[in-house]
Amino acid sequence: MKLTIQINEGPYQHQSADTAYFFAKAALEKGHEIFRIFFYHDGVNNGTRLTTPPQDDRNIVNRWTELAQAHNIDMVLCVAAAQRRGLVDDGEAQRNGKDATNIAPGFRISGLGQLIEGGVQSDRLIVFGD
Amino acid sequence: MAMLHLVNKSPYDACNLNTASTIMKDGDQLLLIEDGVYGAMKNSKAASLLTGLKVAVLGPDLAARGITEDKLLEGIDVIDYGGFVDLVVANDKVQSWL
Amino acid sequence: MSETKKFMYVNRKAPYGTIYAWESLEVVLIGAAFEQDVSLAFLDDGVFQLTKGQNTAGIGMKNFSPTYAALGDYEVNKIYVDRDSLEERGLTLDDLQHLVWEDEDEDYAEKDSIRLVTRAEMADVLAEQDVLFNF
Repeated sequence: MKLTIQINEGPYQHQSADTAYFFAKAALEKGHEIFRIFFYHDGVNNGTRLTTPPQDDRNIVNRWTELAQAHNIDMVLCVAAAQRRGLVDDGEAQRNGKDATNIAPGFRISGLGQLIEGGVQSDRLIVFGD
Repeated sequence: MAMLHLVNKSPYDACNLNTASTIMKDGDQLLLIEDGVYGAMKNSKAASLLTGLKVAVLGPDLAARGITEDKLLEGIDVIDYGGFVDLVVANDKVQSWL
Repeated sequence: MSETKKFMYVNRKAPYGTIYAWESLEVVLIGAAFEQDVSLAFLDDGVFQLTKGQNTAGIGMKNFSPTYAALGDYEVNKIYVDRDSLEERGLTLDDLQHLVWEDEDEDYAEKDSIRLVTRAEMADVLAEQDVLFNF
Protein backbone atom coordinates (compact mmCIF):
# COMPACT_ATOMS: atom_id res chain seq x y z
CA MET A 1 0.00 0.00 0.00
CA LYS A 2 0.91 3.62 -0.50
CA LEU A 3 0.98 5.56 2.79
CA THR A 4 1.12 9.24 3.65
CA ILE A 5 2.11 10.17 7.19
CA GLN A 6 1.31 13.53 8.78
CA ILE A 7 3.28 14.58 11.88
CA ASN A 8 1.94 17.48 13.92
CA GLU A 9 4.43 17.77 16.78
CA GLY A 10 8.11 18.53 17.19
CA PRO A 11 10.85 16.17 18.34
CA TYR A 12 11.09 15.23 22.03
CA GLN A 13 8.18 17.39 23.25
CA HIS A 14 5.64 14.72 22.27
CA GLN A 15 6.01 11.05 21.48
CA SER A 16 4.36 11.52 18.07
CA ALA A 17 7.59 11.87 16.12
CA ASP A 18 8.90 8.67 17.69
CA THR A 19 5.72 6.67 17.11
CA ALA A 20 5.55 7.90 13.52
CA TYR A 21 9.18 6.89 12.96
CA PHE A 22 8.68 3.33 14.23
CA PHE A 23 5.45 3.05 12.28
CA ALA A 24 7.20 4.20 9.10
CA LYS A 25 10.06 1.75 9.64
CA ALA A 26 7.67 -1.14 10.20
CA ALA A 27 5.68 -0.19 7.11
CA LEU A 28 8.82 -0.19 4.97
CA GLU A 29 9.92 -3.53 6.41
CA LYS A 30 6.58 -4.95 5.36
CA GLY A 31 7.14 -3.74 1.82
CA HIS A 32 4.74 -0.82 1.84
CA GLU A 33 5.56 2.42 0.08
CA ILE A 34 5.70 5.71 1.93
CA PHE A 35 4.43 8.29 -0.54
CA ARG A 36 5.27 11.24 1.70
CA ILE A 37 5.92 12.24 5.29
CA PHE A 38 4.39 15.69 5.82
CA PHE A 39 5.34 17.75 8.85
CA TYR A 40 2.80 20.33 10.02
CA HIS A 41 2.32 22.63 13.05
CA ASP A 42 5.31 22.18 15.39
CA GLY A 43 6.13 19.03 13.45
CA VAL A 44 8.32 21.17 11.19
CA ASN A 45 10.82 21.29 14.05
CA ASN A 46 11.71 17.69 13.17
CA GLY A 47 13.56 19.23 10.22
CA THR A 48 16.14 21.45 11.92
CA ARG A 49 19.78 20.62 11.44
CA LEU A 50 20.81 22.30 14.67
CA THR A 51 19.73 19.96 17.44
CA THR A 52 22.26 18.55 19.88
CA PRO A 53 20.38 15.98 21.93
CA PRO A 54 22.22 14.22 24.77
CA GLN A 55 24.62 11.52 23.56
CA ASP A 56 22.74 8.80 25.41
CA ASP A 57 19.41 9.67 23.82
CA ARG A 58 18.04 9.09 20.34
CA ASN A 59 18.80 11.66 17.68
CA ILE A 60 15.38 12.21 16.16
CA VAL A 61 16.43 14.54 13.35
CA ASN A 62 19.31 12.34 12.21
CA ARG A 63 17.05 9.30 12.40
CA TRP A 64 14.65 10.95 9.93
CA THR A 65 17.51 11.92 7.62
CA GLU A 66 18.85 8.35 7.62
CA LEU A 67 15.43 6.82 7.02
CA ALA A 68 14.68 9.20 4.17
CA GLN A 69 18.01 8.63 2.50
CA ALA A 70 17.94 4.84 2.90
CA HIS A 71 14.46 4.56 1.39
CA ASN A 72 14.22 7.64 -0.80
CA ILE A 73 11.28 9.06 1.18
CA ASP A 74 9.87 12.49 0.40
CA MET A 75 9.89 14.42 3.70
CA VAL A 76 8.16 17.77 3.49
CA LEU A 77 7.98 20.63 5.98
CA CYS A 78 4.92 22.81 5.40
CA VAL A 79 6.14 26.21 4.22
CA ALA A 80 3.60 28.27 6.20
CA ALA A 81 4.32 26.36 9.41
CA ALA A 82 8.06 26.52 8.72
CA GLN A 83 8.00 30.29 8.20
CA ARG A 84 6.15 30.74 11.48
CA ARG A 85 8.62 28.60 13.38
CA GLY A 86 11.89 29.56 11.69
CA LEU A 87 12.77 26.54 9.57
CA VAL A 88 14.67 27.92 6.62
CA ASP A 89 16.19 26.49 3.46
CA ASP A 90 18.13 28.39 0.76
CA GLY A 91 15.01 29.38 -1.15
CA GLU A 92 13.22 30.64 1.94
CA ALA A 93 16.32 32.50 3.15
CA GLN A 94 16.50 34.35 -0.16
CA ARG A 95 12.78 35.05 -0.38
CA ASN A 96 12.42 36.27 3.20
CA GLY A 97 15.78 37.95 3.74
CA LYS A 98 17.11 35.54 6.35
CA ASP A 99 20.86 35.37 7.05
CA ALA A 100 20.98 31.62 7.72
CA THR A 101 19.44 28.30 6.83
CA ASN A 102 18.82 25.45 9.24
CA ILE A 103 17.10 22.67 7.34
CA ALA A 104 18.41 19.14 7.88
CA PRO A 105 19.37 16.84 4.99
CA GLY A 106 16.54 14.83 3.53
CA PHE A 107 13.87 17.45 4.22
CA ARG A 108 12.39 19.99 1.82
CA ILE A 109 10.04 22.90 2.40
CA SER A 110 6.87 23.02 0.35
CA GLY A 111 3.19 23.92 0.42
CA LEU A 112 0.12 22.37 2.04
CA GLY A 113 -0.82 21.09 -1.39
CA GLN A 114 1.74 18.35 -0.79
CA LEU A 115 -0.32 17.08 2.14
CA ILE A 116 -3.54 17.20 0.14
CA GLU A 117 -1.84 15.40 -2.74
CA GLY A 118 -0.71 12.76 -0.25
CA GLY A 119 -4.32 12.26 0.76
CA VAL A 120 -5.43 12.01 -2.86
CA GLN A 121 -2.67 9.71 -4.09
CA SER A 122 -2.21 7.39 -1.10
CA ASP A 123 -4.23 4.43 0.08
CA ARG A 124 -3.99 5.53 3.71
CA LEU A 125 -3.29 8.79 5.57
CA ILE A 126 -2.06 8.34 9.15
CA VAL A 127 -1.82 11.39 11.42
CA PHE A 128 0.46 11.49 14.47
CA GLY A 129 0.10 14.38 16.88
CA ASP A 130 -1.18 15.64 20.18
CA MET B 1 -16.02 -0.25 5.56
CA ALA B 2 -14.25 -0.31 8.93
CA MET B 3 -12.27 2.42 10.63
CA LEU B 4 -9.13 2.23 12.75
CA HIS B 5 -9.35 4.62 15.69
CA LEU B 6 -6.11 5.77 17.34
CA VAL B 7 -6.18 7.16 20.86
CA ASN B 8 -2.92 8.43 22.31
CA LYS B 9 -4.06 10.18 25.47
CA SER B 10 -4.82 8.85 28.91
CA PRO B 11 -8.59 8.76 29.57
CA TYR B 12 -7.90 10.61 32.82
CA ASP B 13 -6.24 13.49 30.99
CA ALA B 14 -8.57 14.04 28.03
CA CYS B 15 -11.92 13.05 26.61
CA ASN B 16 -10.49 11.50 23.45
CA LEU B 17 -11.16 7.89 24.45
CA ASN B 18 -14.64 8.80 25.59
CA THR B 19 -15.52 10.54 22.33
CA ALA B 20 -13.91 7.81 20.23
CA SER B 21 -15.96 5.16 22.00
CA THR B 22 -19.18 7.01 21.12
CA ILE B 23 -18.23 7.24 17.44
CA MET B 24 -17.00 3.67 16.93
CA LYS B 25 -19.29 1.44 14.92
CA ASP B 26 -19.57 -2.35 14.74
CA GLY B 27 -16.47 -3.74 13.08
CA ASP B 28 -14.29 -0.72 13.88
CA GLN B 29 -10.97 -1.24 15.62
CA LEU B 30 -9.50 0.79 18.47
CA LEU B 31 -5.74 0.96 18.92
CA LEU B 32 -4.36 2.55 22.08
CA ILE B 33 -0.88 4.03 21.67
CA GLU B 34 1.46 6.28 23.66
CA ASP B 35 -0.31 7.55 26.80
CA GLY B 36 -3.54 6.05 25.45
CA VAL B 37 -2.44 2.61 26.68
CA TYR B 38 -3.51 3.58 30.20
CA GLY B 39 -7.07 3.21 28.90
CA ALA B 40 -6.58 -0.56 28.69
CA MET B 41 -6.05 -1.15 32.40
CA LYS B 42 -8.52 -3.27 34.34
CA ASN B 43 -10.16 -2.27 37.62
CA SER B 44 -9.97 1.31 36.47
CA LYS B 45 -12.60 4.01 36.14
CA ALA B 46 -12.15 4.13 32.36
CA ALA B 47 -12.46 0.39 31.81
CA SER B 48 -16.19 0.55 31.04
CA LEU B 49 -15.50 2.78 28.02
CA LEU B 50 -14.06 -0.21 26.19
CA THR B 51 -17.02 -2.55 26.70
CA GLY B 52 -18.04 -4.18 23.44
CA LEU B 53 -15.17 -2.67 21.44
CA LYS B 54 -12.43 -4.41 19.45
CA VAL B 55 -9.30 -3.13 21.22
CA ALA B 56 -5.59 -3.47 20.62
CA VAL B 57 -2.77 -1.82 22.50
CA LEU B 58 0.81 -1.09 21.45
CA GLY B 59 3.11 -3.40 23.45
CA PRO B 60 6.20 -1.16 23.40
CA ASP B 61 4.15 1.67 24.94
CA LEU B 62 2.89 -0.65 27.71
CA ALA B 63 6.39 -1.84 28.48
CA ALA B 64 7.74 1.70 28.56
CA ARG B 65 5.15 2.59 31.17
CA GLY B 66 5.71 -0.53 33.28
CA ILE B 67 2.27 -1.96 32.57
CA THR B 68 2.41 -5.74 32.49
CA GLU B 69 -0.19 -7.70 30.56
CA ASP B 70 -1.79 -9.06 33.72
CA LYS B 71 -2.92 -5.49 34.43
CA LEU B 72 -4.92 -5.28 31.20
CA LEU B 73 -8.61 -5.84 30.59
CA GLU B 74 -9.63 -9.19 29.16
CA GLY B 75 -9.67 -9.58 25.39
CA ILE B 76 -7.19 -6.85 24.50
CA ASP B 77 -4.66 -7.64 21.75
CA VAL B 78 -1.11 -6.58 22.51
CA ILE B 79 0.62 -5.78 19.23
CA ASP B 80 3.87 -4.27 17.96
CA TYR B 81 4.52 -1.61 15.30
CA GLY B 82 4.25 -4.29 12.61
CA GLY B 83 0.81 -5.14 13.95
CA PHE B 84 0.00 -1.42 13.89
CA VAL B 85 0.83 -1.30 10.19
CA ASP B 86 -1.31 -4.40 9.59
CA LEU B 87 -4.28 -2.73 11.29
CA VAL B 88 -3.88 0.37 9.11
CA VAL B 89 -3.91 -1.81 6.01
CA ALA B 90 -6.80 -3.99 7.19
CA ASN B 91 -9.10 -1.04 7.92
CA ASP B 92 -10.30 1.41 5.29
CA LYS B 93 -9.15 4.58 6.99
CA VAL B 94 -7.58 5.91 10.17
CA GLN B 95 -9.11 8.41 12.62
CA SER B 96 -6.48 9.86 14.96
CA TRP B 97 -8.26 11.23 18.03
CA LEU B 98 -5.79 14.03 18.77
CA MET C 1 -6.87 10.67 -13.25
CA SER C 2 -7.64 9.81 -9.63
CA GLU C 3 -11.26 9.58 -8.59
CA THR C 4 -12.68 12.18 -6.21
CA LYS C 5 -12.25 11.25 -2.58
CA LYS C 6 -14.33 12.27 0.42
CA PHE C 7 -12.04 14.41 2.57
CA MET C 8 -13.09 15.15 6.15
CA TYR C 9 -11.33 17.70 8.35
CA VAL C 10 -12.02 16.87 11.98
CA ASN C 11 -11.86 19.77 14.46
CA ARG C 12 -11.88 19.03 18.19
CA LYS C 13 -9.90 21.88 19.68
CA ALA C 14 -10.85 25.37 20.82
CA PRO C 15 -9.44 28.40 19.00
CA TYR C 16 -6.60 30.68 20.18
CA GLY C 17 -5.39 28.59 23.12
CA THR C 18 -3.51 26.56 20.53
CA ILE C 19 -2.84 27.05 16.82
CA TYR C 20 -4.54 23.90 15.59
CA ALA C 21 -7.87 25.55 14.74
CA TRP C 22 -6.28 28.18 12.52
CA GLU C 23 -3.68 25.97 10.88
CA SER C 24 -6.32 23.33 10.11
CA LEU C 25 -8.42 26.00 8.35
CA GLU C 26 -5.38 26.81 6.22
CA VAL C 27 -5.35 23.19 5.05
CA VAL C 28 -9.05 23.41 4.18
CA LEU C 29 -8.51 26.56 2.10
CA ILE C 30 -5.57 25.13 0.16
CA GLY C 31 -7.36 21.80 -0.15
CA ALA C 32 -10.40 23.46 -1.72
CA ALA C 33 -8.41 23.88 -4.93
CA PHE C 34 -8.01 20.13 -5.28
CA GLU C 35 -11.69 19.52 -6.06
CA GLN C 36 -12.28 16.67 -3.65
CA ASP C 37 -15.59 16.12 -1.83
CA VAL C 38 -14.88 18.14 1.33
CA SER C 39 -16.64 18.14 4.71
CA LEU C 40 -15.74 19.62 8.07
CA ALA C 41 -16.65 18.12 11.44
CA PHE C 42 -16.76 20.07 14.69
CA LEU C 43 -16.78 17.91 17.79
CA ASP C 44 -15.93 18.37 21.49
CA ASP C 45 -14.14 21.71 22.01
CA GLY C 46 -13.99 22.17 18.24
CA VAL C 47 -17.50 23.65 18.36
CA PHE C 48 -16.02 26.70 20.12
CA GLN C 49 -14.25 27.61 16.87
CA LEU C 50 -17.57 28.65 15.32
CA THR C 51 -18.87 31.04 17.96
CA LYS C 52 -20.02 34.52 16.95
CA GLY C 53 -18.49 37.73 18.21
CA GLN C 54 -14.87 36.72 18.62
CA ASN C 55 -12.82 39.82 19.47
CA THR C 56 -9.12 39.14 19.76
CA ALA C 57 -7.83 42.68 20.16
CA GLY C 58 -7.01 42.15 23.83
CA ILE C 59 -4.91 39.03 23.24
CA GLY C 60 -3.08 40.44 20.24
CA MET C 61 -3.92 37.60 17.92
CA LYS C 62 -5.47 37.71 14.48
CA ASN C 63 -9.20 37.01 14.59
CA PHE C 64 -9.53 34.31 11.98
CA SER C 65 -13.21 33.54 12.57
CA PRO C 66 -14.34 35.48 9.46
CA THR C 67 -12.63 32.73 7.46
CA TYR C 68 -15.37 30.27 8.41
CA ALA C 69 -17.91 32.60 6.78
CA ALA C 70 -15.85 32.56 3.58
CA LEU C 71 -15.84 28.75 3.31
CA GLY C 72 -19.03 28.82 1.23
CA ASP C 73 -17.18 30.74 -1.48
CA TYR C 74 -14.62 27.91 -1.58
CA GLU C 75 -17.45 25.42 -2.15
CA VAL C 76 -16.92 24.01 1.33
CA ASN C 77 -20.50 23.76 2.48
CA LYS C 78 -20.87 20.54 4.44
CA ILE C 79 -20.12 21.56 8.00
CA TYR C 80 -21.21 18.98 10.57
CA VAL C 81 -21.59 20.23 14.13
CA ASP C 82 -22.10 17.75 16.98
CA ARG C 83 -25.20 18.64 18.97
CA ASP C 84 -24.04 16.88 22.14
CA SER C 85 -20.81 18.87 22.12
CA LEU C 86 -22.79 22.12 21.91
CA GLU C 87 -25.16 21.13 24.71
CA GLU C 88 -22.35 19.97 27.00
CA ARG C 89 -20.86 23.41 26.59
CA GLY C 90 -24.04 25.38 27.13
CA LEU C 91 -24.22 26.48 23.51
CA THR C 92 -26.97 26.48 20.93
CA LEU C 93 -26.89 26.95 17.17
CA ASP C 94 -27.70 30.63 17.81
CA ASP C 95 -24.32 31.08 19.47
CA LEU C 96 -22.57 30.02 16.29
CA GLN C 97 -21.92 32.02 13.13
CA HIS C 98 -24.60 31.56 10.52
CA LEU C 99 -22.57 29.93 7.76
CA VAL C 100 -24.09 29.84 4.30
CA TRP C 101 -23.32 28.99 0.72
CA GLU C 102 -24.92 29.92 -2.60
CA ASP C 103 -26.30 27.07 -4.65
CA GLU C 104 -25.66 27.97 -8.29
CA ASP C 105 -27.96 25.13 -9.33
CA GLU C 106 -30.84 26.91 -7.63
CA ASP C 107 -30.35 30.46 -8.79
CA TYR C 108 -27.69 31.12 -6.14
CA ALA C 109 -30.19 30.52 -3.36
CA GLU C 110 -28.54 30.94 0.02
CA LYS C 111 -28.43 27.74 2.03
CA ASP C 112 -27.16 26.77 5.46
CA SER C 113 -23.75 25.11 5.54
CA ILE C 114 -24.01 23.96 9.14
CA ARG C 115 -25.69 20.60 9.67
CA LEU C 116 -26.42 19.91 13.31
CA VAL C 117 -26.04 16.20 13.93
CA THR C 118 -26.46 13.72 16.74
CA ARG C 119 -23.44 11.68 17.83
CA ALA C 120 -24.81 8.68 15.95
CA GLU C 121 -25.24 10.75 12.78
CA MET C 122 -21.71 12.10 13.18
CA ALA C 123 -20.47 8.51 13.39
CA ASP C 124 -22.28 7.74 10.13
CA VAL C 125 -20.79 10.80 8.42
CA LEU C 126 -17.25 9.88 9.50
CA ALA C 127 -17.78 6.31 8.34
CA GLU C 128 -18.59 7.56 4.81
CA GLN C 129 -15.30 9.42 4.40
CA ASP C 130 -12.20 8.26 2.54
CA VAL C 131 -9.56 10.44 4.19
CA LEU C 132 -9.66 11.91 7.71
CA PHE C 133 -7.45 14.86 8.67
CA ASN C 134 -6.89 15.60 12.35
CA PHE C 135 -4.91 18.43 13.92
